[in-house]
Amino acid sequence: MSIVTSPLFQFTHASCSYGGPAVVEGVDLTVTDGEFVGIVGPSGSGKTTLLRAVTGSVKVNHGSLVVRPRLRIGYVPQVETVDWNFPVTVGEVVGMTRVGRRRWPKTTPVERDATAAVLDRLGLGGLAERHIRELSGGQQQRVFLARALIQEPDVLVLDEPTSGVDVRTRHEILHLLTELNEEGVAIVLTTHDLNGLAAHLPRIVCFNRTVIADGAPLAVLRPYFLERTYGAPMEVLEHGGMPVVLDQGLSAFGSKLVRESA
Amino acid sequence: MLADALTPFGYEFFRNGLLVSVLAGVVCGIVGVYVVLRGMSYIGHGLSHAVFGGAAAAAVININYFLGAGIWGVMSGLLIGRVARRRIIGADAAIGVVTTASFALGIVLFNKFGRARKSLDAVLFGDILGVNLGDVVAVVLVLILVVGVVVIGYRRLLFATFDPDVAAVSGVQVARVEAVLMTLLSLTVLVTMRVIGVLLISALLVIPATIARMLTNSFARMLVLSPIIGAATCFVGMNVSYHLDTSSGATIILSNALVFAVVFSVTGAQGRRRASGLDHGHGAPGLKAAT
Repeated sequence: MSIVTSPLFQFTHASCSYGGPAVVEGVDLTVTDGEFVGIVGPSGSGKTTLLRAVTGSVKVNHGSLVVRPRLRIGYVPQVETVDWNFPVTVGEVVGMTRVGRRRWPKTTPVERDATAAVLDRLGLGGLAERHIRELSGGQQQRVFLARALIQEPDVLVLDEPTSGVDVRTRHEILHLLTELNEEGVAIVLTTHDLNGLAAHLPRIVCFNRTVIADGAPLAVLRPYFLERTYGAPMEVLEHGGMPVVLDQGLSAFGSKLVRESA
Repeated sequence: MLADALTPFGYEFFRNGLLVSVLAGVVCGIVGVYVVLRGMSYIGHGLSHAVFGGAAAAAVININYFLGAGIWGVMSGLLIGRVARRRIIGADAAIGVVTTASFALGIVLFNKFGRARKSLDAVLFGDILGVNLGDVVAVVLVLILVVGVVVIGYRRLLFATFDPDVAAVSGVQVARVEAVLMTLLSLTVLVTMRVIGVLLISALLVIPATIARMLTNSFARMLVLSPIIGAATCFVGMNVSYHLDTSSGATIILSNALVFAVVFSVTGAQGRRRASGLDHGHGAPGLKAAT
């Protein structure tokens, strides 16, 4: 007898707004256990709104969103939205999530051990007393990942996790997320980075107010879908079995510069 | 010289005033941490003006000051919090309308029905002569309430202040936390208004917390330092006020400003950088709105 589990969350013809016109509409999207999904789309396309609907911060006005009961969500916001001057240490950021476990402000040895373990796991051991602004970009991103992980989530929801980080940090984050996914944590992230991040994921959703395409990178990262998503012509090459997306406008501009300099 | 310094302690009115002002420094110091970190300084300023309207109305219809001004203040605080949260109109505009209208109403009521101009001055600028046992009891009760809420709700308050979106995802009732903070702020303004005065009370909410922010990068340490600074400056300010025969509220705030200037100079660029993060808009919590 097989055990059928419900999806982690499922949008059905769903629309969301902030009181005005719909920001996302007619969305059909299902994410199940253990998936690793990247949502790509231009700025202002509603990717963050979609994530916020999953976390419950934004209500679905039309259609439906069914979230599995008692689903534990670890949310990692865009680091650009963080107030880096706020007076909190790394340990305080990670520990603040344990609101339901203990009311007294002082952390217990068990909590300190749990915090130390998750910080060690993410390569942040020994930084618990540091102020969050004193870290590198990659470390800052990992602090918020640690805060999500300490809640032992079923699904990690990350908003632009590689925004503003260098290539090495991007690799580290992708490697870390892959490890977590292999351990059974479902991951849903948004990204602008088509070649550096999205092309490496098993499933991509092209999104611009609604789902344009949904599937494996080679099936989804195609000129037709990308132009519908970004509103600009794009070229797709294949390299080592992976799609490489080129912006045609930028390619033409680059060629012109090369010709002129020659 | 020591005898001169101890002279005011022989007067009951001074001892009462000193006790209330030091306790007010502690309360404002604690609540002020949330006020400055949430960018609510303008709300604190406006709320003191709103409470003034309630105080005037309570005097006119002859009901207890704490009852009349308290209900008015808490209602104004919750209304401001609701408007700011819903972003129906600009939060600063909403606060301006609600609080200045309430303040103007208070002045009109005082003009029309007030018994003496002295009572208006006392409310605006603070007057330790008006402090009685009821004020001492009121500020002690609010202090107990504030400390209790901050200790029991420490993590929820911190989480909702730093990162309300993720706090909500993690099960924190953010709207409830904000309502609790607005209520505490309203009650703090209410019980400290008589000593500090309507026009200066927001400074006691903001300056000690800002000084503490310049001295530490830890939220927990800031929450300890700020009330200590608030109490110390109130103690010094009250004594100086007696000897110079100046307004208690104004002298307390000048003491705060002096400490601020010293700490600002001593901590240098580091302190200025820490304090520079406190200007993130009215009613905005630690995280900016996502797009």
